[in-house]
Amino acid sequence: MKLKLHVWRQSGPHAKGHIEEHLLDNVSPHSSFLEMMDQLNEELQSKGKEPVAFDSDCREGICGSCSMVINGRPHGPWKGTTTCQLHMRAFKDGDEIWIEPFRAKAFPVVKDLVVDRGAFDRIVQAGGYITVRTGSAPEANLTPIPKSDADTAFDAAACIGCGACVAVCKNASATLFLSAKVSHLAHVPQGEPERMKRVKSMVAQMDAETFGACTNTGDCTQVCPKEIGQNHINTLNREYLRAISFDNSNASANTGSAG
Amino acid sequence: MKLDSKAPVGPLEEKWTSYKRDMKLVSPANKRKYKIIVVGTGLAGAAAAATLGELGYQVFAFTFHDSARRAHSIAAQGGINASKNYQNDGDSVYRLFYDTIKGGDFRAREANVYRLAEVSNSIIDQCVAQGVPFARDYGGLLTNRSFGGAQVSRTFYARGQTGQQLLLGAYSALSKVVASGAVKLITRSEMLDVVVDEGHCKGIVTRNLVSGKIETFAADAVLLCTGGYGNVFYLSTNAKNSNVTAAWRAYKRGAAFANPCYTQIHPTCIPVHGEYQSKLTLMSESLRNDGRVWVPKTAGDKRNPSEIPDGERDYFLERKYPSFGNLAPRDISSRSAKEACDAGLGVGPGGLGVYLDFRDSMNRLGRDTISSRYDNLFQMYERITGENPYDVPMRIYPAVHYTMGGLWVDYNLETTIPGLFCLGEANFSDHGANRLGASALMQGLADGYFVIPNTLAQYLVKVKPGAAKTDSPAFKGALEDVNASVRRLLSINGKRTVDSFHRELGKIVWDKCGMARNASGLKFAIEQIASMKEEFQSNLRILGTADDFNTSLEKAGRVADFFELADLMCRDALTREESCGGHFREEHQTADGEAKRDDEDFCHVAAWEYQGPDKTPVRNVEPLAFETVHLATRSYK
Amino acid sequence: MFPSAVGSKLLMAATGLAILLFVLGHLAGNLQFFGGPDVINTYALHLRDLGPLLWVARLGLLAAFALHLSLAVSLTRRNSLARPEGYAFQTDFPQSSVASRHMWLTGWLILAFVVFHLAHFTFQWTHPEYRELHWKASDGREGHDVYSMIIKGFSQPFLVGLYIVAQVFLWLHLSHAVSSMLQTLGLKNPRNEKLLDLAGPVLATIIFVGYVSIPLAVLLGVVKPIVISSG
Repeated sequence: MKLKLHVWRQSGPHAKGHIEEHLLDNVSPHSSFLEMMDQLNEELQSKGKEPVAFDSDCREGICGSCSMVINGRPHGPWKGTTTCQLHMRAFKDGDEIWIEPFRAKAFPVVKDLVVDRGAFDRIVQAGGYITVRTGSAPEANLTPIPKSDADTAFDAAACIGCGACVAVCKNASATLFLSAKVSHLAHVPQGEPERMKRVKSMVAQMDAETFGACTNTGDCTQVCPKEIGQNHINTLNREYLRAISFDNSNASANTGSAG
Repeated sequence: MKLDSKAPVGPLEEKWTSYKRDMKLVSPANKRKYKIIVVGTGLAGAAAAATLGELGYQVFAFTFHDSARRAHSIAAQGGINASKNYQNDGDSVYRLFYDTIKGGDFRAREANVYRLAEVSNSIIDQCVAQGVPFARDYGGLLTNRSFGGAQVSRTFYARGQTGQQLLLGAYSALSKVVASGAVKLITRSEMLDVVVDEGHCKGIVTRNLVSGKIETFAADAVLLCTGGYGNVFYLSTNAKNSNVTAAWRAYKRGAAFANPCYTQIHPTCIPVHGEYQSKLTLMSESLRNDGRVWVPKTAGDKRNPSEIPDGERDYFLERKYPSFGNLAPRDISSRSAKEACDAGLGVGPGGLGVYLDFRDSMNRLGRDTISSRYDNLFQMYERITGENPYDVPMRIYPAVHYTMGGLWVDYNLETTIPGLFCLGEANFSDHGANRLGASALMQGLADGYFVIPNTLAQYLVKVKPGAAKTDSPAFKGALEDVNASVRRLLSINGKRTVDSFHRELGKIVWDKCGMARNASGLKFAIEQIASMKEEFQSNLRILGTADDFNTSLEKAGRVADFFELADLMCRDALTREESCGGHFREEHQTADGEAKRDDEDFCHVAAWEYQGPDKTPVRNVEPLAFETVHLATRSYK
Repeated sequence: MFPSAVGSKLLMAATGLAILLFVLGHLAGNLQFFGGPDVINTYALHLRDLGPLLWVARLGLLAAFALHLSLAVSLTRRNSLARPEGYAFQTDFPQSSVASRHMWLTGWLILAFVVFHLAHFTFQWTHPEYRELHWKASDGREGHDVYSMIIKGFSQPFLVGLYIVAQVFLWLHLSHAVSSMLQTLGLKNPRNEKLLDLAGPVLATIIFVGYVSIPLAVLLGVVKPIVISSG
């Protein structure tokens, strides 16, 4: 099939970007969206033009590298699907496709469609872990976890950290991402001792990264490749309310066990 | 080259215990004086960096990804083995050890494998404590499943995303020490060389993938945790960016490269759809627990699979290997599928596929049970192929999945360059000629969490901390070498793209050094690779500059290394005149087409030693002494 | 210093809840209009009799309003700063309602309405003649003739239109606000989620119908003016 592509080009973090148009022919409907981008890049290079930079790695929907907002929707039109798993069957001959980077102040553009999602790492570093030194773990079956809790924890832990939730949110809020980690660790007993400190620190970090606030519009779940539910945001709010009511520890201090 | 395994003497079960009893320790006050570089943040790298950081070393962790969480360990689906024996089905450390050795076709080092089986239980404890949401039963305890080639249920899993959950566990442990300042994490930075100064590895050279800046970092030891080289085949289940560069540059600085021809073909991948295919997608092997593999009995049977009656189906794995059936080991399953397709019985486009059918298990267990086990995999399959596996049998075909070969390491995980260590898939150590399902995650985490923190100290106590300086001639020389090679790639200014070369290289390696190899094919491949490499060096075109985010330039450096590796793989395959594990030489098979091992002449590790550009590398040998197990012919009949 | 984004939202929800309770209480009071002049005017008298308590409630409500507003300003500012460069292709919002994306707009319009409403009926700045409406209870006590004021106020089609439009904005605001508040307060769970998501639109609709019924009843002549005072 034949496509008209409108692709965001930006040579560097501080450069001014623009939309560039390209016609691409002979696209197979069996190709994935990124294979279509590969094809575009091969063509661009054969014409002596620089290929479009985009992040991609595992191409099986789990590493969270790929991004792109396709026709106004992060990861494109298919529900529960990353860009790399989106296939060109979703489009038809003659379609126009707009391809833009994830947009948020906290996700500055590196080049073309590549953005810097380091803010997510820093949110996790603020408390998205259970403090356990290697070797100090008790026998695994010592603490049974009700299956429903384990399942809920898994649902939340399935987050791939791609940032689609931020990209679609009208407020560029990272609440779904944050809530997934908080909810995961709040549903396993191992996470209990740090739960209040964790949620306070992570919320503070999300603010520091300039993400917006949640207005419960629900769009994030709709574009999330793992369809992480709004119930985790509910859990986050409850955890936070509990923490600010009962926890006296200092949220910003980090007591990770070094040396 | 002397290859001393440094495996402790004594009974197998006591080697690791006695090693730890006798080992030297670095005092807490001294630990903070040592700088350790960890390259790669997958299971092995993240686990090692987190643990070493906790212990008090100054750790610098490098990843070429934008985040440590993107490493390809994340894509492992099936599970992780441990000999907990929670199922009371007769498992033990010894049995896990024996299955791993046997699965590897007796081409792995006993001491290493036993240690792996020994620490496997601690891994599960550690991961559960980190909050990894493993599957549980209604009593709230951990549940297990049986996995390819195992007769016990010892595989722990988290739906079809076990690798993701384990990596996120390791990533969270890493994040904790990054926050505390014990580890400095450097993202979007690719290692392009190791620096060897006075015979010891003292640092690395990296390229900042955003600014293009080539930088040097000095340390007292370097750990390569950079994964496997399956992308030499271009099409593989590896992530697009997975590469051999770190290991390869170490090889060119003097680290021996062991058994490069041992590559694992995974039997359950989604078949190729067409020319622009960029990678292959694995369907977890766990599917074989409930799916039955078959092809039509008559070649060219184009009927809809549901219209083919049982009598006209060949359930070839069940027929050929009655005791293992659809769970036969990966190499056997893969080759059987290839044989069926070679005989014209294949299904789907191009006849390169066999059916994996869930009809019978859905009838037996109900659709809901199957759905609860595999729904995410079924959805993934449907997204990619447009076919619903609840209604139509899946089509699968083998694809390259894992590479058992890698940098040679001793019992300490140290390469032949003192101070340079190698962990996880990047080393050769534990899987022999073929890897058992659900053992890769185990090895990565074992190396990172439980082995290296002990063994690294044995090296560190011998060196003075902080001796290396980036302004030394060795560093300056390495920096200049890397700069020159980047400039060289950019200056070729030919006509073809990197990807077109990579595709072409992959095809020849797959055809001649893939599922089945023979001498004439390998010789042909060596010639072809040489001429392709020549064209690569004269006709490559990279647009953009070196001082910028330049994906083509990144790829070009990696593909250049793949050309050299492909040559070494073929040489290794050619000189290994036997069939074992993932290495099947057509000249060496039994009358009924099974692999024929040659324990007389090839019960050894082949460790290749670089001699310089365009010089034939030297093949060194580490004999494998089996003190405990008896070499047996694998039979899955 | 403003609290965190999540903390701000919690306060938004809490103050929103206070305002919602007022809106419901106010509606319950207003609906007494249909009981006739004695009922509503007595009710007004009782309210006045609360004395200092009334002022406590008023100040509390004022504080809730002020906090709700200032948090809205700070959150809206935070949210707009979070995406300095927008998308070229209009974002295709997969789920969110128009109401949920325009809370700030409906919020400001409601504020404007509240100001007018205070000027109109409470302080009677726009219509000083309402101050002349008096009513005498059967026990002889005297008070303001709220009933007649409502009849007079809603006899002007323009004002009725204004009130109805304002109620549309309130409906939009509440249709998202109520469910959002329940989510922010962490009260949802997978079992009650569907029910609580309905709570917003249902409650908003009840409030809308309730408030709109009064001006419409007057304008359409369902409720007739009754001369009760000698004013």
